[in-house]
Amino acid sequence: MSVSVSVPTILRPVTKGEKTVSAEGGTLAEVITDLDSRYTGLGDRLIKNGALHRFVNIYVNDEDVRFTGGLETTVAEGDNVTILPAVAGG
Amino acid sequence: MARYDSLIDAVGGTPLVGLPRLSPSPSVRLWAKLEDRNPTGSIKDRPALAMVAKAEADGLLRPGCTVIEPTSGNTGISLAMVCRVKGYRLICVMPENTSEERRLLLRAYGAQIISSPAAGGSNAAVAMAKELASDHPDWIMLYQYGNPENAAAHYATTGPEILTDLPTITHFVAGLGTTGTLMGVGRYLREKVPDIAIVAAEPRYGELVYGLRNLDEGFVPELYDASVLTSRFSVGPDDAVRRTRELLEVEGIFAGISTGAILHAALGIAARAGRDGTEADIAFVVCDGGWKYLSTGVYEAGDDAAAAHGLEGQLWA
Repeated sequence: MSVSVSVPTILRPVTKGEKTVSAEGGTLAEVITDLDSRYTGLGDRLIKNGALHRFVNIYVNDEDVRFTGGLETTVAEGDNVTILPAVAGG
Repeated sequence: MARYDSLIDAVGGTPLVGLPRLSPSPSVRLWAKLEDRNPTGSIKDRPALAMVAKAEADGLLRPGCTVIEPTSGNTGISLAMVCRVKGYRLICVMPENTSEERRLLLRAYGAQIISSPAAGGSNAAVAMAKELASDHPDWIMLYQYGNPENAAAHYATTGPEILTDLPTITHFVAGLGTTGTLMGVGRYLREKVPDIAIVAAEPRYGELVYGLRNLDEGFVPELYDASVLTSRFSVGPDDAVRRTRELLEVEGIFAGISTGAILHAALGIAARAGRDGTEADIAFVVCDGGWKYLSTGVYEAGDDAAAAHGLEGQLWA
């Protein structure tokens, strides 16, 4: 399964400046592992102690993965994965 | 009831109106809670009033006091009204990339504005307000992101109003900013309607707003408790603007941009219910009217793409 991953400015130094990268995997965890194999260190920025970093939000087709199975959220061909730092609203 | 002793007594008690044309079918119904009908035109009148009342009851606020608050607009405007009525001085720390109308309104109410940099959005405003508050121990920061009275106001008023008007409610959809509305209304409705879905619509801004130096500068409001929510959607400016225009065009409701984001999530939920063949009564929040966003040109733009362009770089929710 190939998905498109949108990378926030803060992580682009790791993706060699790329704003959108493609990745393979059937779950979010597999997608991150695949990305980390090409962009070393990306996994460590996103995952702390086996869970998503407190200040990182990841969305699959605009839905927050913390409510859809976390790192085990399944992804399908053509899905859009968006990574964003958590910022204040209101 | 239509008679009140003063303006602040008129906060809340807003109408819930059906959306017969935007609801997908007779068995999946959308309902809009018109929070623009509050005294300063937004849902924030509820938490602003509650936070000030609690600070007064605790003896923190006395006549002549100065209140400081980080805000992207609506909370500041609500506080400005309450402070004017009660005789407090208000300083709002507000990101510089917010609409001109918000600044004009704040000044009209006599509030002082300190601008925080656009980069980092509200994060920068929060950091700056905290610093100013610690430099001026006599100033009172109500701090909407962590003040339990923010969520409590919605638990005590918004939640019960919605349930009274819509006892068959199945879904509640609101915007996620301070998280106060979703935490307060969500907790109340969960207690009364065990199977209810509590859905968050989170605005997704332009890149500038996410321009932190490192991930540890991120921010999750102290009030946030993910266990209250069922799902959380990120809604970008294109969808928010398209739905804001649709709400005006189809149902005649003139709402602000964040309401468009909430409606987008509500319509997504409605479509799911339709596919599953379940009955649904979906209540969503109209946070404010469109008045403060007229200068962005989103209502008069020729098409949705041009309208979204008007929001470039702005904190629109």
